[in-house]
Amino acid sequence: MTDVGLVAPPVREEPYRESHAEPPAEGTTASPRREVFLPGESGRRTALGVLRARLRWPLGIYTTPAVVLVLWEVLARAGVLSPAYAPAPTSLLGTAQRLWDQGVLGPDLAISLQRAGLGLALGLTVGIAAGVLGGLLRSGEYLFNGLVQIVNTIPLLAVLPLMIVWFGIDEFTKVLLISFGAGVPMYLNLFSAIRGVDQRLIEMARTTGAGRLRLVTRVLVPGALPGFLVGLRFSLAYSVLGLVAAETVNADQGLGFLITQGQTYLQTDQVFVGLAIYSILGLVADQFVRALERVLLRWRPGYEAA
Amino acid sequence: MSTTLATPTRPRRQAGALAEDVVRRFGDRTVLDGLDLAIADEELVVLLGPSGCGKSTLLRLLAGLDRPDGGRVEVPARRAVVFQADRMLPWQRVLRNVTLGLRGPDADRRAREALAEVGLSGREGAWPKELSGGEAQRVALARALVSEPELVLLDEPFAALDAITRLRMHDLVRALRVRHHAAMLLVTHDVDEAIALADRIVVMRDGRIGNEHLVELPAADREASGAREELRAALLHDLGLVHQS
Repeated sequence: MTDVGLVAPPVREEPYRESHAEPPAEGTTASPRREVFLPGESGRRTALGVLRARLRWPLGIYTTPAVVLVLWEVLARAGVLSPAYAPAPTSLLGTAQRLWDQGVLGPDLAISLQRAGLGLALGLTVGIAAGVLGGLLRSGEYLFNGLVQIVNTIPLLAVLPLMIVWFGIDEFTKVLLISFGAGVPMYLNLFSAIRGVDQRLIEMARTTGAGRLRLVTRVLVPGALPGFLVGLRFSLAYSVLGLVAAETVNADQGLGFLITQGQTYLQTDQVFVGLAIYSILGLVADQFVRALERVLLRWRPGYEAA
Repeated sequence: MSTTLATPTRPRRQAGALAEDVVRRFGDRTVLDGLDLAIADEELVVLLGPSGCGKSTLLRLLAGLDRPDGGRVEVPARRAVVFQADRMLPWQRVLRNVTLGLRGPDADRRAREALAEVGLSGREGAWPKELSGGEAQRVALARALVSEPELVLLDEPFAALDAITRLRMHDLVRALRVRHHAAMLLVTHDVDEAIALADRIVVMRDGRIGNEHLVELPAADREASGAREELRAALLHDLGLVHQS
C-alpha cells in the first residue's frame, strides 16, 4: 500500500503542473465552473421553509384535482359554463344531498359497491391463483397464458351482449364482467413479476439449502410484490370500468342506472354526481394501493421521490 | 461426507471436494478441459487465473449450480457459496437474510451468532439498502457460515470492495477459519489476496490446473518477506505476466 503512495506522485507531477500553469496565462475568463454544496434544506428547516413547502403542494397529489375544481367553480359562477352542460361543483353537492334525501343515492351506491366487491373478490382470487401457478410452474404457464392473452385482447364491452344471452341480465353477468376486468391484469402482472424475480437471488437461495417452500415464500413472493401491486392498481381501476360498463347497459339500480337516468331526463347534474362518485372510488382505490406500497415496499431503495 | 457411497475399489475420500477429469463446454468453446482438483478437509485453496479462464465455471460446478459435460464432481451436501455481489434479498432484513437456509427453532439464535462473528451485532434489523458494501459482504459470509458447511466456495467475494475493506475482510476470513472447520475454495484474480489467505494456490491455465504452490508462510511473512516476493514472482510468471523489477 505504502510503496504505491510513494511512487505515484513523481509520475503524476509533470502533467499536473502543466495543467495548473495554463489557466493563469489564459486569464480569469477561462476559469472552470464550480459548484458549492452546503448543508441541505433538510438540515436547516426554518418555519418559512416548511410553510413554503406546504404551500407548493398543499394537498399532495390532490392539489391538481383541487385546482381544476376551483377553476371549474369560478368559471361556472362567472357564467362561462352553462349549468346545463357543467354545473358548478358546489351545486353538485346540493344535488347529491337531494338524491340522498330522496333515498336514491344510498341504495344505488350500496348495490354498486356490492357488485364491485363481489367482482373484485372473484376476479382477484382467480387472477392471483392462476398468476401464481403460471408464474411458478411451466405447466401453469402453458395452461393459462394463451387463454388470458386471448381474453385480454377482447374488449369487455364486446363480450357484454354475449354474456347477457348466456347468463341473463341479472347480477351474475355484472359481477362476471367486473371480475374479468379485475382478474386479467392481475394475472398478467403477477405472472411477469414472478418470472422477473432476479435469477441470481434464486440461485443464491438454492445454494443456502433453502427448500422449495422457502424459495417461494422468501424469494419469489416478496420479489413479485411490486408487480403484484401494479396488478392490483390496474385491477381496481378496471373493476370500476367494468362496473360502469355493466351498469350503464342494463340496470334498474346502481350508479350506472343513476347516470343513465340522468342522461335520459337531461339531468346533467345527476350525471355529474354519478361520475364524481366513480372518480372518488378510483381515488380511494389508489390511496389503498399506495398505503399497501408504503407498508409492503419499505425495503425498496430510493422509493421516495425527491 | 460424500454424496455417493464409496465402492470397495475406491477408498472413501476425505477430500472436502473432488473434481476428476471435468469437462465443460459452452457451444464449441471448451472452458474446462479434463480438469482435476482435490481440496482436503479444512484446506483453503485459492484458485488463481486471468478473467475468463473458467474459474467461475469450475466454482459453479462445485456449487451444483451447473453440471459438467464430462468427468465427475464430488462435493459435500452441506456447502455454501459467497458470490462476488452480496446477493442479499432486498426485501428481508439482515437477520432473515441469514436464516434463509436454516430450519429449526434456534435458527434466529444461530443467525445472531453468525452475525456477531462477522462483527455485525446490532445490525440484525437493518434493511440491505442501509448497509455499506463491506457490511453486505460480511452478511453474505455469515449467511454462508451459519449452516456450518463442510465446503465454502467464494467467488471473488472481495473484488468489489475497496482496498482497506478488503484487507479487513482477509483478517476476518482468517479469524473465521479458526472457528469453522470447512474446506474452502476462493476464486480470485488478485495475487496478493491469494498469498494472504491460501494454504495452497492453484493457477488455472487452458481449462486445467497448471502449477500449484503450497503456501506455508506464517502470517507476518505473508505481508512482507523474501519468500513472499519469490512466491509472488512465481505466480505472476504462472499467469504469463513478466515480473518487472
